[in-house]
Amino acid sequence: MPTLNVDGVEVTVENGATVLQACEEAGAEIPRFCYHERLSIAGNCRMCLVEMEKAPKLVASCAMPAADGMVIHTNTEKVKNGREGAMEFLLINHPLDCPICDQGGECDLQDQSMYYGSGNSRYDETKRAVKEKNMGPLIKTTMTRCIHCTRCVRFATEVAGVDELGALNRGENTEIVTYLEEALNSELSGNIIDLCPVGALTSKPYAFTARPWELRKTESVDALDAVGANIRIDSKGQEVMRILPRLNEEINEEWLSDRSRFSYDGLKRQRLDSPYVRKDGKLQAASWSEALQVVADKLNATEAGKIGAITGDIVDAESMKALKDLMDAFEVTSVDCRQDGAKLDASVRSSYLFNSTIAGIEDADALLIVGSNPRYEASLINARIRKRWKKGPFPIGLIGEDVDLTYAREYIGAGAKSLEDVANGKHSFAEVLKKAERPMIIIGQGALTREDGAAILALAKKIADDTGMIGADWNGFNVLHTAASRVAGLDLGLVPGEGGKDVAGMLAAAEAGEMEVVYLLGADEIDTSKLEKAFVIYQGSHGDAGAHVADVILPGVAYTEKDGLWVNTEGRPQLSTRAVFGPGEAREDWTIIRALSEVAGKTLPYNTMEELRAKMVEVAPHFADVDMVTAAAWGDFGAAGNVSDVPFTNPISDNYLTNAISRASGIMAECSQAFAADSEEGTGTHG
Amino acid sequence: MGLIDKQARSLLLGEIVQGMAKTFSYMFKNKATVNYPYEKGPLSPRFRGEHALRRYSNGEERCIACKLCEAACPALAITIDAEPREDGSRRTTRYDIDMTKCIYCGFCQEACPVDAIVEGPNFEFATETREELFYDKDKLLANGDRWEQEIAQNLNADTPYR
Repeated sequence: MPTLNVDGVEVTVENGATVLQACEEAGAEIPRFCYHERLSIAGNCRMCLVEMEKAPKLVASCAMPAADGMVIHTNTEKVKNGREGAMEFLLINHPLDCPICDQGGECDLQDQSMYYGSGNSRYDETKRAVKEKNMGPLIKTTMTRCIHCTRCVRFATEVAGVDELGALNRGENTEIVTYLEEALNSELSGNIIDLCPVGALTSKPYAFTARPWELRKTESVDALDAVGANIRIDSKGQEVMRILPRLNEEINEEWLSDRSRFSYDGLKRQRLDSPYVRKDGKLQAASWSEALQVVADKLNATEAGKIGAITGDIVDAESMKALKDLMDAFEVTSVDCRQDGAKLDASVRSSYLFNSTIAGIEDADALLIVGSNPRYEASLINARIRKRWKKGPFPIGLIGEDVDLTYAREYIGAGAKSLEDVANGKHSFAEVLKKAERPMIIIGQGALTREDGAAILALAKKIADDTGMIGADWNGFNVLHTAASRVAGLDLGLVPGEGGKDVAGMLAAAEAGEMEVVYLLGADEIDTSKLEKAFVIYQGSHGDAGAHVADVILPGVAYTEKDGLWVNTEGRPQLSTRAVFGPGEAREDWTIIRALSEVAGKTLPYNTMEELRAKMVEVAPHFADVDMVTAAAWGDFGAAGNVSDVPFTNPISDNYLTNAISRASGIMAECSQAFAADSEEGTGTHG
Repeated sequence: MGLIDKQARSLLLGEIVQGMAKTFSYMFKNKATVNYPYEKGPLSPRFRGEHALRRYSNGEERCIACKLCEAACPALAITIDAEPREDGSRRTTRYDIDMTKCIYCGFCQEACPVDAIVEGPNFEFATETREELFYDKDKLLANGDRWEQEIAQNLNADTPYR
């Protein structure tokens, strides 16, 4: 633990820390472009120069390891001159086109040249111009502005794990390129926009549409996957202009997946903005009172056994609780939140959680992934696994589709038989898990949405028990969800009650004409063709599959338009905040259900969000601990049985079109086209 | 002064004659008024009148949608929407000035990096309805085309001091 003197302040820093970190510790601000806490050190911008006693020249503090007894000065005349010089050099080839640059107003170069620059340049020659690069539909490049900090290159290679970005040539001719002039094929590519300290890499969909100073910033939570990444929604008027990540070390660090970042234009398209009732075979706009009356009459006139309710992937916990209570009031037991048909057991909480927690991945020392492609199902968890893998020995086994996970893994097999082999100790990876101190297993929905899902869950539990994954301070059993609402749904008990049918049962019954009324709460990813005979009530934000078969549409709002609780795959409840209002007549979902209960004569016992949340806490106390993970007790779950030899198929086939919002998004459609075409052509001869 | 003197002065209407003489003397002086609207007074090149959006001599509009004028406007009179034009350049799709809000401070033209928005020499743009004072981009560009010569002259005259 070296102790340094920075500007007269004694600081002690960790071993291996740099002088820059020591300066930060001492409260001295050091300007920088290339240095980033989460990337390796490059030391090429020279902006972080500080004066070190007994050193002949100024030193780049980001690349200088802190040592005992160093005396650092950060505010001397020499340092000021050094910074001014470095800035003047950086600006030699920078075009200074701030008025047309999207980074203007939030640009590191702009800010730092104001604070640390000299204000004039002695350079009279012509500036260089660099050709734009094609980086796909998400990233707009203006490479003339690049100052070669190489943050993007380091991010792509280190965090995203795609070696597609690099710096070619040297000196003044240096250029950042995608080697093959192809779109950057990474699910985390949007983060290089945030990382770029200048306007060389900017967001293509956001191009020229707004300035940072005119945006209203709302801190919220992402709901397009089950990670629950913390986001900041930037809106102008009643329009979401962009979505950015927010720092949360426990979950997303400071990254965000492309799907969560760029789906926002889907919030403006295909929206349900008024209640609709099907009359004469056609959906016709109706008033709220009319639509609610139709639904209430239908529910009252149908016997409980012939009513079913399915909740979708992007539904807040409050609405699910309200729906559950409404269905209970009607004595309906066919309620299910697992629209993908996953054989998850709601009675044992630890059986459906990501128990290790996302940050906990960094403590693990062996990993078995079953039936999942975390790269698409939870890009940020994949980034965390890669981070752990880069740190040192971390054997990873994969059972399921043989996909590129951006890190080395041992491919064990395609289906449940391979899992059985590991469980029975026949496969060598069982030994690896046994030897590890903190082994973990990740079970994806691909393994659980099958007929034999419960047996697979039991096998996974056996592996967890046998290899010592369950300890006093470590639980290595993890289920990776793909839907933001799934864990909350299971927590609140939205599973079939006594005599109730699950999703598959409801769909089959509806097809046979036995299920007369089906209430879809944002459920679009089911086989809606089976619902044609039933009276379908669809409540949700987008006119997707569910709304097409609906007989009554109750327009709800999207996740950016409501306050709500979301429980991520770890079981961490988080609050989302309303950034804009919903379109037209759309209302917050729980209020719709509350209003419906009154029209139907079964008034739910809450009038405010607080009262509703109090009810939720009664059922599941951890809802009170917002932002915290409450450890779940290990229990008995799964059902031993025969497993079929059918290979696991991953739940996400197209990373960019997983939910109603993304499917409505033009940007996501473009991505899907760009990257799907890529992979089709990606045979060996195509390079 | 005696009583008689006072009486005599008032009888001879001396003060009135004095006043009339003063009035009469103005018959021979230059007129201070101008025959508006047929005549107009001189204007400073810095005069801040009606707004105009200028073009380059090749017809390309100058405005690049940087939104600095919008940010600088203390009356929040300017509203801009922008998006990439077909050729990929940064352009406004909407440039509105609410002239009823505008306080003619000139911050917008001071903020403009490309001399696109300017306050020209025109001050005769009274309208019969309020709505006519909500200027849009077409109106502002038309103003620019109409007043380009005067605006360019004024900017030129003011250059040494900017």
